[in-house]
Amino acid sequence: MSLFAFTKTVLGSMVSKPATRMYPFEVREAFPGTRGSIAIEIEKCIYCTLCARKCPTSAIVVNKAARSWEIDRLRCISCRACVEACPKDCLSQLTSYSPAVAIKGGKDFFHHPAPKVAAAPGAAPAQG
Amino acid sequence: MSKRTIIPFGPQHPVLPEPLHLDLVVEDEIVVEAVPSIGFIHRGLEKLVEKKDFNEFVYVAERICGICSCIHGMTYCQGVEEIMNLQVPGRAKYLRTIWGEFSRIHSHLLWLGLAADAFGFESLFMHSWRIREKILDIIEETTGGRVIFGTSKVGGVRRDVTNERLKEISVLLKTYAGEIKEVTDIFLNDNSVKHRLCGVGVLSKDDALMLGAVGPMLRASGVAQDMRKLGYAAYNDIPVEPIIDQSGDCYGRCVVRIKEVFQAIDIIQRAVDKIPDGPIDMKVTGFPNGEFFARTEQPRGEVIYYIRGNGTKHLQRMRVRTPTFANLPAILKVIPGCSVADIPILLLTIDPCISCTER
Repeated sequence: MSLFAFTKTVLGSMVSKPATRMYPFEVREAFPGTRGSIAIEIEKCIYCTLCARKCPTSAIVVNKAARSWEIDRLRCISCRACVEACPKDCLSQLTSYSPAVAIKGGKDFFHHPAPKVAAAPGAAPAQG
Repeated sequence: MSKRTIIPFGPQHPVLPEPLHLDLVVEDEIVVEAVPSIGFIHRGLEKLVEKKDFNEFVYVAERICGICSCIHGMTYCQGVEEIMNLQVPGRAKYLRTIWGEFSRIHSHLLWLGLAADAFGFESLFMHSWRIREKILDIIEETTGGRVIFGTSKVGGVRRDVTNERLKEISVLLKTYAGEIKEVTDIFLNDNSVKHRLCGVGVLSKDDALMLGAVGPMLRASGVAQDMRKLGYAAYNDIPVEPIIDQSGDCYGRCVVRIKEVFQAIDIIQRAVDKIPDGPIDMKVTGFPNGEFFARTEQPRGEVIYYIRGNGTKHLQRMRVRTPTFANLPAILKVIPGCSVADIPILLLTIDPCISCTER
């Protein structure tokens, strides 16, 4: 018995499909409840700063005066605290993770209404 | 007399993904002494407790360790709830139990894979992790995260699972149990596995008790100690008999872990049958004022959280004693006399988690 303990599994593996996927071509479907990246509907936002205060890693910065909302995707731990805190339900959580980035410190910046001056998003006064 | 040499082992080693460093004093092929040094990845998480709100700190507690994440968060919450005298709803307790046992299954399957990798049985390693992936899928579906569950909060849990889905999962686990058995039978019966594990690193019952070993390390030496007997979460309603083995060697620890996988499946199925309906959390008002030692059974052994609050939103002190730290003296006791080639698998049998230990 002990000599051929693995035989059944080996034979099974030979006739069954691979357990892995051909990843970039075949992407696994995410579960509906997966905690992915945070999305915002900026039109609904009232800039109450509750999400920024609840965020355990200070990834969210809200500027009420400039009417801007920004998130540092690399600081975000997808804990869902901001989504649960939002009184207007304008924050939601996607089931996919945010895409990989090459440079640290890039922030996703939202502003409503869009600034009239052609200011670059990074240059806006959002360090509140 | 042969010449003594010192061989450094780690902190970067192909077998251990974690930075544990040992200076092995060897005579020929035999190790006569091992000098550990830890502290390569200290992150200062205990100090963070003074800066984070006690509710926010759950997120930190869950990130102390990647594999026992769920039980770390749960232990912290139970400690704070005990200080604040909160009666957590029954459904939340059962969900905590179910998720805690899921984390035990995935941790033990991970360990089985790593152990197979350490004694050079690569295909067994892949099969263990193939099954672990299915368990992780259930975890991700019910909690939203693969290893960081993120479900604990002070006063209950953050997510509910419908009763129908729980029943389906319970049935699903029955089929997975068959697959797991197919793989674990190889661990228990295969000659090459026995050759590497039997009689290696024998820890006697007295030594295990005296050196304060915990978890499977202690139970494999014949001491029936399991923190789940304390009856936290839903373990009051679902009694657990500690699994013990008398041999005290690496094979014994492997056997204990394999049996615990099936025990965890059984506990989940019993919990699903008994889970009550009702709310999953409660409103928490006020701040913790007092101190408490919270003890729970992680996959690796007993974890102790000391929590002291002073009536403000920041806790005053928090201290974690992790199972790996408690098991280090025991492993240093059994290393002398082993051959150098046995060191990786011997170290692995305590399931070392250095990021827990150094926090």
